[in-house]
Amino acid sequence: MEMLSGAEMVVRSLQDEGIEHIFGYPGGSVLDIYDAIFQSDKIEHYLVRHEQAAVHMADAYSRATGKVGTVLVTAGPGATNCITGIATAYMDSIPLVVLSGQVPTNWIGDDAFQETDMIGVSRPVVKHSFSCRTAEEIPIAIKKAFYIASTGRPGPVVIDLPKDVQNPLNKFPYEYPKSVSLRSYSPTLSGHKGQIKRAVAALLSAKKPVLYVGGGSIIANASKQVLELAEKLNLPVTNTLMGLGAFPGEHKQFIGMLGMHGTYEANLSMHNADLIFSAGARFDDRVTNNVDKFCPNAKIMQIDIDPTSISKNIHADLPIVGSIEVVLQQMLDLLEETKATNDSESIDAWWDQINEWRAKDCLAYEKSDTHIKPQQVIECLYKVTKGDAIVTSDVGQHQMVAAQYYPFKEPRQWINSGGAGTMGFGLPAAMGCKIAFPDRPVVCVTGDGSIQMNIQELSTCMQYNIPVVILLLNNRSLGMVKQWQKMFYGGRQSHSYMDSVPDFVKLSEAYNHIGIKVDTIDELEPALERAFELKERVVFVDVAIDPEEHVYPMQVKFGSMQDMYLSKTERTDA
Amino acid sequence: MRSIISVLLENESGALARVVGLFAQRAYNIESLTVSPTNDLTLSRMTITTEVDCKATLEQMMKQLHKLVDVLRVSELTEGSHVERELMLLKVRTPNSEVREEIKRSADIYRGQIVDITPNLYTIQLTGACSKLDAFLATLEESSEIVEVVRSGVCGIARGEKALRG
Repeated sequence: MEMLSGAEMVVRSLQDEGIEHIFGYPGGSVLDIYDAIFQSDKIEHYLVRHEQAAVHMADAYSRATGKVGTVLVTAGPGATNCITGIATAYMDSIPLVVLSGQVPTNWIGDDAFQETDMIGVSRPVVKHSFSCRTAEEIPIAIKKAFYIASTGRPGPVVIDLPKDVQNPLNKFPYEYPKSVSLRSYSPTLSGHKGQIKRAVAALLSAKKPVLYVGGGSIIANASKQVLELAEKLNLPVTNTLMGLGAFPGEHKQFIGMLGMHGTYEANLSMHNADLIFSAGARFDDRVTNNVDKFCPNAKIMQIDIDPTSISKNIHADLPIVGSIEVVLQQMLDLLEETKATNDSESIDAWWDQINEWRAKDCLAYEKSDTHIKPQQVIECLYKVTKGDAIVTSDVGQHQMVAAQYYPFKEPRQWINSGGAGTMGFGLPAAMGCKIAFPDRPVVCVTGDGSIQMNIQELSTCMQYNIPVVILLLNNRSLGMVKQWQKMFYGGRQSHSYMDSVPDFVKLSEAYNHIGIKVDTIDELEPALERAFELKERVVFVDVAIDPEEHVYPMQVKFGSMQDMYLSKTERTDA
Repeated sequence: MRSIISVLLENESGALARVVGLFAQRAYNIESLTVSPTNDLTLSRMTITTEVDCKATLEQMMKQLHKLVDVLRVSELTEGSHVERELMLLKVRTPNSEVREEIKRSADIYRGQIVDITPNLYTIQLTGACSKLDAFLATLEESSEIVEVVRSGVCGIARGEKALRG
């Protein structure tokens, strides 16, 4: 049998797992692993400028491809810098394996240099973690980590690797396990047959159904089934922020995103529905608004692979544990077998009602002669990219506007931090996507607050030539914070104004990228055209937008789903 | 309502921390927790007693426990017929023969045993359901000064054929 050191086992195990890209940052306690990487020609490593960015890159790489993202960092601060990234992936159920160095085993507990209890620090935000105390444990731990990260409800897994375990002088027999099984872990994939029957019956008898599709449908690659079921039964479909792209944004049955900044028609359809069929969504507080007033007349049907997501916030009358793809296919098969269908008359009447709500055109906005509106920027982006770009975003107003005004055609096209709401996600996320798909246009829609939270990655872009487009909706303030302060804090703008926003054009040029400043609407489209034509370069488009614009619709706090502000002057419940 | 949850989990480092962390993280309350390896040394058995405000919370708690990768089985004991026991060791002051006799009598009534004696103290061992231990403590408090109490927390098992196995 082949004899390898612990450090070599780490690299070989990753290779044998089929990993091609890893993101990381070296340091004292992973030097041996980095030495092994130096000698491997199969793994491409990207050196970031801050470990948080490495995790976001791996995370977005995973979101865009469906593969597991891999990160390698050193002990102590290297590891703790990953925590925000790990928490971001955890909240959105993204499979990651994070390998972190650790001080030698005989120093653990002694407060040695760069010692941090990474297993302890990361525990609340990982799916599972391993600490390898001998080199022989490494291959099986890595195999298990990738298995756990990618199956069931996916999530991040941390592997702690003490320095002595990696020692290049000590060689051990190496064999990478072909498969792994854990007696304590076996996710349910198929839905319970009785529940499937009941679900189909409920769906067929519903007069006002809504198909509520979340990120779980994207993770489970269930878009085909979602589309087929929706079309077969003529169901109205709403996507959550995480589900955008799971059902095509321009499909006639798509009624828009729902929730806090959802469309009028999506939120009213939910509120008035008699059946809500949730596929991989978790009734998040940004969707439900006040749970006590949530959808008073609806029977709730919920599919989720994670039993804890079922009935956590809203009681499910008809729960189904299983993979969205498998369960929807079971339902489709049953429909096919029984040739049963729903009552088209009542569904038509439901659509008449929904179309009335649609006619309100809640995403219409007033244009201005003096200012560029953020909505115009996203509409222009859509036009220039023909709706084909992978769009990543940061967190804030620009994120909501991108979600509302760029109709995503397909899954894995919209990459954002939904659960954790992590500012600084967008740029490294775009880089991760571009590495996965070098031939596709990738754009990071960002704000002047968010972009500065991981701006140092412009340097990584320069080193590896990762030509993403950065589209900055610059309102010289923390727009969403300011919006809340204007609406709910008597207009007191406590620390939401950026007094000194840098010259982003010059900053981009300092990193040998191209910067374009856009101040008027006439400059916008040519600037974006140019940005996407320059395929080999990072282009930073800094668009000065109306600093006073708010995101609407917006649900009224403590209200039901249908209680919304529609503009600065109009609300539905007034 | 009071619940007793039995958990069968891998006997591995970090497994206990994950359970305790889960309770802290989700603001669940732990009244007592006992854990020890089973006859199969690769497995640990844990008994957790907790107060929950409603059934939905208990259900969520059990699902969250089951979601931990190390956990094999989770079951609630108070829903069915079960046996629960707690061990208590305590020291009471025995200033004179009258108190000594009174304590001995009480211990006998509760089927407790005096396991250590000094000129000034009795150390008593008592097992039973929590309510019995509480009652014994209340009785002793009337006749003497309690110096020290240590309770093991509840160990529980279902009655009958039902078994929690790997």
